[in-house]
This record gives sequence, C-alpha cells and structure tokens, in this order.
Amino acid sequence: MVVDVRGVHYAVGGRPIFAGVDVQARRGRITGIMGPSGTGKTTLLKIITAQIAADRGEVRVCGQDLAALGRSEIYALRKRMGMLFQNGALLTDLDVFENVAFPVRENTDLPEALIYKLVLTKLQAVGLRGAAQLMPGELSGGMARRVALARAIVMDPEVLIYDEPFVGLDPISLGVIMRLIKHMNEALGITTIVVSHDVRELATIADDSYLLSEGRVAAAGAPAQLRASDSAAVRQFMTGSEDGPVPFHYPAPDYAVQLFAADES
Amino acid sequence: MSNGGGDGFILEGVRRLGSVAIFLVHLLRECVPALGRPRLLVHQIYNAGARSLIIIMLSGLFVGMVLGLQGYELLQRFGSVEALGTAAALGLLKELAPVVTALLFAGRAGTALTSEIGLMRATDQLTAMEIMAVDPLRYVAAPRFLGGVIAMPLLTGIFSVVGLYGAQLIGVQLMGVDKGAFWSQMQGSVGLRNVTEGVVKSLVFGIACSLIAVHEGYNAAPTAEGVALATTRTVVASSVITLLLDYVLTAAFL
Repeated sequence: MVVDVRGVHYAVGGRPIFAGVDVQARRGRITGIMGPSGTGKTTLLKIITAQIAADRGEVRVCGQDLAALGRSEIYALRKRMGMLFQNGALLTDLDVFENVAFPVRENTDLPEALIYKLVLTKLQAVGLRGAAQLMPGELSGGMARRVALARAIVMDPEVLIYDEPFVGLDPISLGVIMRLIKHMNEALGITTIVVSHDVRELATIADDSYLLSEGRVAAAGAPAQLRASDSAAVRQFMTGSEDGPVPFHYPAPDYAVQLFAADES
Repeated sequence: MSNGGGDGFILEGVRRLGSVAIFLVHLLRECVPALGRPRLLVHQIYNAGARSLIIIMLSGLFVGMVLGLQGYELLQRFGSVEALGTAAALGLLKELAPVVTALLFAGRAGTALTSEIGLMRATDQLTAMEIMAVDPLRYVAAPRFLGGVIAMPLLTGIFSVVGLYGAQLIGVQLMGVDKGAFWSQMQGSVGLRNVTEGVVKSLVFGIACSLIAVHEGYNAAPTAEGVALATTRTVVASSVITLLLDYVLTAAFL
C-alpha cells in the first residue's frame, strides 16, 4: 500500500466528518474516491497530504506514519507526492514555464540547462510546450489544469493526487485530462488517487473505487462492483437519483403548514 | 450582557495579539533565508517602495507647502519667520514624515500586500506551495515583510526631502522669507538626534504596518468577503497602531 488510511475519525467544531474511514491506494493503480458534495472528499485529501491531522486512526503514506512525522519530515515526504488542484492553483505572477519549474528550483540545485529540458519534457507530455511563455491568466480552464499536471509530475512523484479534475471542463478538455491521468499512471507507474463526484468519468479510469457517505466508506471495490451494489445510498449516487438516502429537500417544516401560516399571520 | 460583550471583545483582542506575535516569531525565523534571495527581496522593495513613490512625493509636497503656509502665518506674529526652516524640518523629520508615510503606506502598499496574499490563499496557491514542499512563509510572506520594512524608511526620507522643498517653495519663493536664514537656521537647529528619531519611527512603523498587512493576508478567510475584510482590517489596524506607537516613541525620545 502506498497510501493506507485506517479507522480515521475527524470532526470540525464538534461536527463529525469521518467516523472510521478506511481507504487504501495500491502501488501503480488508480484509486477513485467518490461521494456526494460535502462528504469530506477534499478533507480526506488534506489528511493524506498532512495539511490537517486526523483526530483518531492511522494514516501511512509511502510507509510512513504521518502522525509520527515532524515538519521537515512532512516536507521531505511531500517531495515524493504531487497534487493537482481543482482550479489548478498556478502561481499567478509566474508564466507557464516558471510555474512548472517552480518546485524544481525550490527543492533542488539542478543546473539551469537541465531544468530547461526537464520542464520542456513535462510540458510536451501535457501538450503545452508551445504555451511556455503564457501567463496563467491567458490560459483556459483545461489548459491551466494541464499546466498544473505538468507541475505536479515535474518532480517525478510516487503518488499523484487529483482533486476534482473533471469539474467545469468542456468535452474535449475532459477527454484530454482523462487520457493524461491514465497515461501518467501507466507510463510512469505513479500511484494515483482521484477524488471526484463524476461517476462516469471516474469509473472509466479507476482500478479501485471508494464511495464515501455519512462519514464512512459506503462501498468499495471495482467501479462495476459499486454499480451492482444493492445499497440504497450507493445506488442513488451511482445512478444520480434525485431522491433517496440523500434527500432532495433540505429539512424544513411541513410545506402546507408553512404556506398557510403566512396567510393567517 | 454588556460585561459579556466587553469580555468577548477583550478576549478577541488578546487572541489576535497572540496570533500576530506567534506569526511574527515564525516570520522572523524565515526572514534569514529570505535575505539570501535578493531577487525576491528587490522585487518586493520595488512593489512596496517604488510603486508608492508618486503618492508619497505628492503628499510630501502638499504637506510641506501647508507647513510653510501655516508656519509663516504663525511665526510672523512673533517676528521670527526666519525660524520657518527649523519648524518645518523638525515637524517633518520627527512627526509628519514618518506618520503620514506610514498611513499612506498602509493604504497603498499594505492593502496591496493583504489582498495579494489573501487571494493567493483563496485560490489555493499557498496550499499548492505547501504540497510542493515550499514553505509559503519563506517564499511569500517573509520577502514581502522585509520589502515593506526596508521601503518604509526610504519612503519617509523621500517624504521629508520633498516636504522641505514644499515648505521652502511657499516660505522662501512665495512669502519672501530669506533663503539663507531658512536653510542656516535649519542647519543649526536640527541635529542627528532629530533625524534618528524619524528613522527609528519609520523603521518601527515599517515593521508594524508590514506585519499587519502580511498577517491579515496570510490568515484571510479564503473567500471574496474574507479578503475584503482582511484588507479593511489592515488599513484600520495599521493606522491605529501607527498613531499609538507614534505617541509611545515620541514620549520615549523626549
């Protein structure tokens, strides 16, 4: 296991987000983490990347127990990880080339000529070598995400994490990003974790899937197994039904009572 | 009820003060490596200093001109208009230049720092740096803090020089005060101690205003409203702290 999350509990302001979550990402495979909005998918990524600490449970990344690591050890571990943010999170005062070069410049003493070749190689891999001199503000959403992907892989990470990589993309960009995720995983052997609520896209590329619901893993297995699940919560999510365990209506007083109460007052 | 509200206000004040103090300790620790990044530092001195030059020079000129007018009007009642140079120089060096520069700095450079860092927080740029094993305190906050601290005394010096020119323009050129008396009285009465007072004040204001601006941006809620609130807090807190510190330092130099 490259990422091993066991029995994780986490609460914010007394409100439980996770009540015993177990997620494992195996070496060289694509692991999908799905769930409705607000189920804590991004929070789980924050725990895996040691941005926040779990209240209880154990989180191991690349064999290291995050709870036992100091600040410098966490930074050393992060050099072995890459993450693609939903909005790309490119540094807006640097151009595309410098954005991709940023982690290399900050974390290594490689000579400039080597950095140049390395960055061009990664930009070529995402098809944006020609956009090296553009500023982030000049890129479309799909291009920004591809640049962010080039930046995420420039240090040759062992684990690559994608946070909602399919949100807000046109069909062409969506196809490109899906192909790139699959390609990075197969060509480079990177252990990949993809957090998304786009069931169809994730089911296409994921080897293993987890469905989070109400602070726990509601279902786990290959995407096909999840689709065949007889759990109402899993079925509602996989088929996108309007009503089910996750209700369409936010809790409210009786509709008729509330309507007529307004007339009477 | 009112007691509870008062307690809450005091608690919140102490909490914020503690948060700023802890932030300052972490920031100072990162300032040493940031000093070894001259390119980043020069860029931030340019942002905080050079980009504030026009507003500082214009304000300095007008403040000096007002000093010249008011000083002449007051001093002529006692028949000592030759002392105008001394009055303008002491007023500018010790009080007006450091204080007005700090207030203008808070409004121009401080707000720019807060909103820039706040937006970096809101768009996950700071988090992305952390994930890339780059400490945003070292890369983003420390150079900006140092840039502000270095820029403030330089801007204050420029404010003083332009202000004196403005006072001379009104006093000597317009009102007819003797040019030799204006400059020689100033030279005779203004000592190193007065200049030191101005420099110390500008340094302290630079530390306070830059710290507040960087802290508010770094800890801004990652929303449009959060960044707007942080920017407002930067101006209000910097202005109040500048005036408070000015009183303390003036008393200390007496």
